[in-house]
Amino acid sequence: MLPEELYYTESHEWVRVEGEKATVGITDFAQSELQDIVYVELPEVGKKVKKGEVLCSIDSVKSSAEVYAPVSGEIIQVNEALNDQPELVNKDPYGEGWLVVIKLENPEELSQLLSASRYKELIEG
Amino acid sequence: MKRTPLYDVHRALGARMISFAGFEMPVMYSSIIEEHMAVRERAGIFDVSHMGEIFVSGQDAAKFLQWITSNEVEKMKVGRARYNAFPTEKGTVVDDLLVYKLDENRYMLVVNAANTEKDFNWLIEKSEGFSVKLENLSSEIFQIALQGPEAEKILSVITDFDLSSIKYYRFRELEILGTEVIVSRTGYTGEDGFEIYGPAEEASKFWNALMEAGEDFGLKPAGLGARDTLRLEAGMNLYGNDMDETTTLLEADLEWIVKWEKDFIGKEALLKQKEEGLKRKLVGFEMVDKGVPRHGYRVFVDGKPYGIVASGSYCPYVKKNIGNVYLPIEKTEEGSEFEIEIRGKLHRAKVVPRPFYRRKK
Repeated sequence: MLPEELYYTESHEWVRVEGEKATVGITDFAQSELQDIVYVELPEVGKKVKKGEVLCSIDSVKSSAEVYAPVSGEIIQVNEALNDQPELVNKDPYGEGWLVVIKLENPEELSQLLSASRYKELIEG
Repeated sequence: MKRTPLYDVHRALGARMISFAGFEMPVMYSSIIEEHMAVRERAGIFDVSHMGEIFVSGQDAAKFLQWITSNEVEKMKVGRARYNAFPTEKGTVVDDLLVYKLDENRYMLVVNAANTEKDFNWLIEKSEGFSVKLENLSSEIFQIALQGPEAEKILSVITDFDLSSIKYYRFRELEILGTEVIVSRTGYTGEDGFEIYGPAEEASKFWNALMEAGEDFGLKPAGLGARDTLRLEAGMNLYGNDMDETTTLLEADLEWIVKWEKDFIGKEALLKQKEEGLKRKLVGFEMVDKGVPRHGYRVFVDGKPYGIVASGSYCPYVKKNIGNVYLPIEKTEEGSEFEIEIRGKLHRAKVVPRPFYRRKK
């Protein structure tokens, strides 16, 4: 269920690292908690974020949630498809439902993130 | 925390439970959007047993209700239900309710769960001098709402009674599955449908029979989440969000349940307000900018703070971000723009007519 190659956070984001690019999304657990996602407020490309800052926000029918930057760096791409199809986050949280790509500023931060097995313990514990 | 007689049924169905008005209630079973659409297009079944049922009987029952509510009671016929409200002396809202005329001197009042105790005490206080008996039977009665275009066909599976003879806002006392129940053609969704009242201990028998009967019709169990988006789309007020003891019936856009020809608590204040003119009023709105409005978000008119969003949500059938809001009367015209603060930023919204959705036929 949980992709092994990803990094995770305690606030339910995931990170996929390819070179200096980090793609960020929310986990399957997070999307199923939210359900019925109807709006993703994406950040501007070019914006710089610090690890732990609010990256973007997601609204479901019933609630509103904030997504935190799992790593620091510049946002170099956002998933424009979510403007018309926010439900992609529900349908494919690790794939088409990705949120942003961050250019890693400090790759050492990755060591502070959780492995798939640690994250599994967190959500099942 | 209180539970309805269907608590175990909800858990078995995997519902997500929340605390609402002191009850543990199902907010959704699968998805609010799916449940909402099922009610609009097929049918949904809701446990609304948390609602309060207060019985008023005795020789002064009609006279008493006529005095403490804003809408007509004395001229109601047996077998009719009517939307009504208890106003305060100031014309603000103690609660909104349905009045059922069961018999010449016997009525059932269906009130909001969060207000049942308050309403009961209000009735006791105001009944001095009237020959009436008041009974709060809320915990002994289940209420199941079966709502949607297929509701009549589904309910017909478990009764031979010709349900088409029960017109909108009328009810019958029937024996179904060997139990006496009230079947009422009412609801809080904007769709055709029924509300069924019966003894609490028989609740799961009815729920299960209806779920089985509804299998071929695409019936879905629906939670409070969908109930809220459905009523909002249908332009119905929610007590606590859209009105309370700080808003008058006129401000809450409920003049249609104010019967000026009779005397009742709060009439004087309401009449005075009507003559002087309203300063603010509840209206429908939709977002112009992106963003989902929610109850409690701050509202800005001409750049200045003006109250909060009364109700707000994304609504799945109209596929829009909509809500209700109190605005200064001069800003309540259709198309009039104002702003809502969402996460620190102002987003434009505009006044639109309610209801946002009206069923065909």
